[in-house]
Amino acid sequence: MSNHASTYEPKSATAKWWDERLPVPRMMHDQFVDFPTPRNLNYLWTFGGILTFCLVAQLVTGIVLAMHYVPTADDAFNSVDHIRRDVNYGWLLQAMHATGSSMFFLAVYVHIFRGLYYGSYRAPREILWILGVFILLAMMATAFLGYSLPWGQMSFWAVTVITNLFSSLDSVIPGLGTGIVEWLWGGYAVSGATLNRFFSLHYLLPFVIFGLVILHIWALHVAGQNNPTGLNIKTKSDSLPMYPYAVAKDAVALFAFVIVFAWFVLFLPDYLGHADNFIEANPLVTPPHIVPEWYFLPFYAILRAIPDKLGGVIAMFASIAILAFIPWLDRSPVRSTKYRPIYKWFFWLFLFACLALGYLGSKPAEGVYVFWARIFTAYYFAHFLLVMPIVGSIETPTKLPGSITDAVLGKSPGKSGATGGGGVPAGATAAPEDR
Amino acid sequence: MTAYRTVAPLRSVLAVLGALICTGAPAMAAGGEAAHFERHEWSFAGVGGQYDRNQLRRGFQVYKEVCASCHALERVKFRNLVQKGGPEFDEEAVKALAAEWPNKITDGPNDEGAMFEREPKLSDKIKGPYKNEQEARSIQNGAYPPDLSLITRARSVHNEASWYIHVPMMLRDVLTGYAEGGSDYLYALLTGYKEAPQGFNLAEGMNYNAYFPGNQIAMAQPIPEGGAVEYQENAGAKSSLEQNAKDVTAFLAWAADPSLNERKQLGWTVMLYLIITTLLLYFAKKRIWSRVKH
Repeated sequence: MSNHASTYEPKSATAKWWDERLPVPRMMHDQFVDFPTPRNLNYLWTFGGILTFCLVAQLVTGIVLAMHYVPTADDAFNSVDHIRRDVNYGWLLQAMHATGSSMFFLAVYVHIFRGLYYGSYRAPREILWILGVFILLAMMATAFLGYSLPWGQMSFWAVTVITNLFSSLDSVIPGLGTGIVEWLWGGYAVSGATLNRFFSLHYLLPFVIFGLVILHIWALHVAGQNNPTGLNIKTKSDSLPMYPYAVAKDAVALFAFVIVFAWFVLFLPDYLGHADNFIEANPLVTPPHIVPEWYFLPFYAILRAIPDKLGGVIAMFASIAILAFIPWLDRSPVRSTKYRPIYKWFFWLFLFACLALGYLGSKPAEGVYVFWARIFTAYYFAHFLLVMPIVGSIETPTKLPGSITDAVLGKSPGKSGATGGGGVPAGATAAPEDR
Repeated sequence: MTAYRTVAPLRSVLAVLGALICTGAPAMAAGGEAAHFERHEWSFAGVGGQYDRNQLRRGFQVYKEVCASCHALERVKFRNLVQKGGPEFDEEAVKALAAEWPNKITDGPNDEGAMFEREPKLSDKIKGPYKNEQEARSIQNGAYPPDLSLITRARSVHNEASWYIHVPMMLRDVLTGYAEGGSDYLYALLTGYKEAPQGFNLAEGMNYNAYFPGNQIAMAQPIPEGGAVEYQENAGAKSSLEQNAKDVTAFLAWAADPSLNERKQLGWTVMLYLIITTLLLYFAKKRIWSRVKH
């Protein structure tokens, strides 16, 4: 909670001088050193720090790559090859940046599912969560734009397929979709003009993400961190100062994560990409299977599951947009799924549905694959629109610990647990922000 | 190579596991005929593999005497043949090789404003015989022999495995560092020329290949049974179809990924550093948290 009393003491005359004019050291001390963090955070809470690292790593490698990259249809592919062959450690930078996008999404998906499991989207963290949804959207846009830059076959055809989605708007107002598509392309086909503007936007959007991340962290420090119990920090013993406790844990997790990152960069630089992208873009030859990067596959499956083109596009965007509404769709009196015996199963089913959609997105849209993509797409939306409100309303939560401290020290559950007698659990009508 | 040996037991256990899993799920070629791509024992395979310099030298000989009559290698410069982690030919020998290369460099304009042809230098690319795609197609009966500089990275082997073995197979590939799909494909292609099966409708001027998508390929069998080139006495291997195919594949794998040796060497240094640091941080974290009950 940001309203904890400041404990910052300027130690020198200069520090005091600054503190009276622009108290940045005080803010850093209060928010990142002395900040109270719940004492029961598990390793899933380290992904915020990991994601900050991912963003900075992408910015640094990207800025250096941009010094050598040429955003023209004739030279883009050659310049990326030149970076890998002739720029000092270019092969490393290029692999870090390309693998980095996959690692960024891996971390953000863990981060999102952690939030879903422990109810981190519930009051008073709705704005924090919605900012996260915007960050996800901006990340997707950035990754899509960036994937076009190597100007390989898969780059070119991914841009063609995805920008063409907007042409489905022609069925609403004739000419609207085509107009938007030609405006995006800067011409009548995907061309060098498209590549050049995509490069410009790919350089811009990460800074938008950076701004959103600052707001995200700000909102986090106003509401305070959620934790595995979903209970609020009530007494001083429920929390520990961020430094050294949370920082020490974050550091372990970050380095463990970087091991995975480095494994792909140094031993499997091509594993997360597609071989067709080592063939220069050719508008006259369509690859046999056009598939997006792995992190877009579930959304690609949803897009293709709907028989109508415009419907597919709407479903795909809705699958992200719906996340912004879940703070109000979830009707459970408790935050954490740990205490939700029925919803728990639905959570794992939802995770399975997302993984299944990912697998189906990598398969051709035919036969049994389409059938299952439709089933899991239906569940994806049903989970938010039906399961969250209905299960939340009818389920009786299990006994909650009295406080975070009790949960850590293993004391018996407090007053707010469910009663076995069937009635409304004590305090279930209380606002969730207290539980 | 030491690093390679330390993980070998893990690799073989996982490979056996994978082999058991793979049974009954043959990879399918795009043409519909079941084509199984063998995974070969490349010297540069896995997390510890490195190029075999002698093999790259033999492979370059195959490229020069067989492939270069149609295929360019333009992303590779003659100077790269001298560099560490490649065939590591002697610089003077490569200068001579470049000067004798049949495909000259068009340079210019000169002081009179005219373009002229000159012998390649170390800094020049390894050019193929055709000026452009149009010339290649007109001579090659409409087919275009692609540049081979990136060929092993631009091809891969698709495993059409059932959904339930997808995850264990991915895990096996990630843990063993399997990145040789393109090389496995290329070797299979070069050794995959066969008589077309009865009833197969082979277009005129095309050749049957068991591994090429659609099974019809314009390129005639480039390496005959028994091999296409004479290896020198001290080359380290006897010439044969299989040996030539293997060597030229290894050479092209290097051409596509010339930093592999350096990358994997650096990889183990980085891994060692990261693992030790992670452990130290973990013990530091344990010690810090021992101050409080948790």
